Amino acid sequence: MFKYIVKRLLLALFILVGVSLIIYVILRLMPMNVLEANYYKTHTKTDSSEEELLALLERYNLADNSFGGIIKGWWQWITAFFAGDLGVCWTNSRPVQEVIFENMGVSFAVSFLSLFFELIIAIPLGIKCACNQYGKLDYTVTALTMIGISFPSFFFASIIIKIFATDLGWFETGGLTTPSLPVDTDGFTVFINQCWHLVLPVFVLTILSIGSMMRYTRTNTLEVLNADYIRTARAKGLSENTVVYKHVFRNTLIPLVTTLAGILPGLFGGSMIIEQMFSLPGIGRVAYTMTNNGDIPFIMSYDMFIATLTVIGILLTDVMYVVVDPRVKLGK
Amino acid sequence: MEENKNDIAPETEEVVNSCNVEAAEVEDTAADDLQGEALGDRVKTLSPGRTVLKRFFRSKLSVIGLTVIIALFLISFIGPLFSPWGEQEPDTTRKMTLITQEIKYYIDGEQYTAYSLAYQETDNIYADPSWNHLLGTDERGLDIFTRLMYGGRVSLTIGFLVVIVETLLGVVLGGLAGYFGGKVDNVIMRITDILYCIPQLPLMLIFSAVFNGLEITSIIRLYYMMGILTLIGWAGVARLVRGQILSLREQEFMLAAKCSGLSVGRKIFKHLIPNVMPQLIVSMTLGLGSIILTEATLGFLGIGAPPGTATWGAMIQTANDAYNLSFLPNFWVPPGICITLAILAFNFVGDGLRDAFDPKMKR
Repeated sequence: MFKYIVKRLLLALFILVGVSLIIYVILRLMPMNVLEANYYKTHTKTDSSEEELLALLERYNLADNSFGGIIKGWWQWITAFFAGDLGVCWTNSRPVQEVIFENMGVSFAVSFLSLFFELIIAIPLGIKCACNQYGKLDYTVTALTMIGISFPSFFFASIIIKIFATDLGWFETGGLTTPSLPVDTDGFTVFINQCWHLVLPVFVLTILSIGSMMRYTRTNTLEVLNADYIRTARAKGLSENTVVYKHVFRNTLIPLVTTLAGILPGLFGGSMIIEQMFSLPGIGRVAYTMTNNGDIPFIMSYDMFIATLTVIGILLTDVMYVVVDPRVKLGK
Repeated sequence: MEENKNDIAPETEEVVNSCNVEAAEVEDTAADDLQGEALGDRVKTLSPGRTVLKRFFRSKLSVIGLTVIIALFLISFIGPLFSPWGEQEPDTTRKMTLITQEIKYYIDGEQYTAYSLAYQETDNIYADPSWNHLLGTDERGLDIFTRLMYGGRVSLTIGFLVVIVETLLGVVLGGLAGYFGGKVDNVIMRITDILYCIPQLPLMLIFSAVFNGLEITSIIRLYYMMGILTLIGWAGVARLVRGQILSLREQEFMLAAKCSGLSVGRKIFKHLIPNVMPQLIVSMTLGLGSIILTEATLGFLGIGAPPGTATWGAMIQTANDAYNLSFLPNFWVPPGICITLAILAFNFVGDGLRDAFDPKMKR
């Protein structure tokens, strides 16, 4: 087990290095004058800012656009990255770590809440559907699921904003707090206000993700229901409730562990489109603006952050599989 | 094999329409009995291809999906020929339009908003839906329905091209990895690992920023974007093909192929790949839906096709404007419905094909 994990960690390191190299090379295809123009979009042209720009160019070896220069620049970046130094955003001259961690809270809250509701709704419904296969509930749920899978997030979000925010006026169209809120409002009111703003984004994310989770649970449950040990459980006279909620339920959860891999990046990395649509000050929205502005240090760090989460997610999945299902042995 | 299926598309694993299939089967048998066909007709075995087709057309949802896809295709590719309006051709009928302008100003730090209203002679812009313009016209006087059809051309063409090219790439590389194993396998699989970990949307945004920097704004930009989607997408196909081939190459027929002294290329592409075809076709159909979604997302973020080109995603983008969102649903609801329909249809067909190919299902 230990040997396996070490091997996987080395592989993860290799993947991360590969990802960073690819993204860096793509970014360097941008011509220099664009980088300068982007820098001066947010900085006034003075001697000190010119010096700062030169220092930035020097640090990432950006002036040299030959192949060797690009590789050198990448090497400078990756060594700094592994030393824990993510650099400074060009557009607002603030440390990248600070920007990422500052905006992660909202993204995490939204993703976590929607994940929570997704699991709470999808798993019981999925099991229920499987137990009454081809029943009315099963059909309704499956149809809704298909629609949920096929709806583009931005279209669904637009519809929801139109209906609940502009037409009915129950919610506000975007933002995290009401702008007209007095500055001296007490913390609790602000908190309630913020929660109210998060209702729509969480609702949209939950509805969009619930479908695939429900389908997955339903499939797994159907498989478990056909297993021999379930027949045994019924044969020894257990009530249907015990069979379903004790024997089936626990075994249904095993394959759900594999979905961990997909959840982790979404949980911390934010969702660009939803945050953009609801103008939430989350990490996804910041990443969207920063990427459009060609902010190399931020883009590199953000994408590496997501890639790291993905790699960890995959690793966790494999390890968790062994933890939850003692029958599985790690190979090689 | 079950494991592999989970790998490809966990969310679309379950069969939506198997019940329909069974119901239809029962009816069929009943009908057969009534007609009292000769025994010879009934035991006649169908070729595998025919069986798949027969099973596919039995499922109602797959037939609905197929119909929707064909309808979308016809409307997108033939429809514009019958439309009196062009993609970039404004309706130049003059009319008086009320032009509203928002003026924000500050007095003593407080913000006030004033609106200037003026009638101006313009093209036939912001027209309401009518017989002349089925879905009205947009802010430049372009017929929305016609643009919807042109947008369909872009989305569907991109979907098919990307999926076909990425499948070809994936089949070749996955086939090589699975057949040779060892170093070849290691190299190809590590590349797919890396590709899997690169976040897709941020990557497309980066490319968009680079293209903006390089001032690539014409239609070529769209081709580049397609190329990039292909270069990312093959990894999934390669994994699928490799996994299948790993188990297939241990089977007896491969031993027979080896004994007959067939060349490596023939063994891979004539004996192994055809056995992966069912899974490939299913993954292609489901992939079509996801590529259309990706393309629409890019269009929505304004980083896909060059500005002015009609695509479904770019048309929904108009909903970003608060006024359009609440007062002009004819701008953004129709393209949204089109995208949803297309994805839904490809999902239905993909599921139907999966069931039809599944050898575990009887008949």
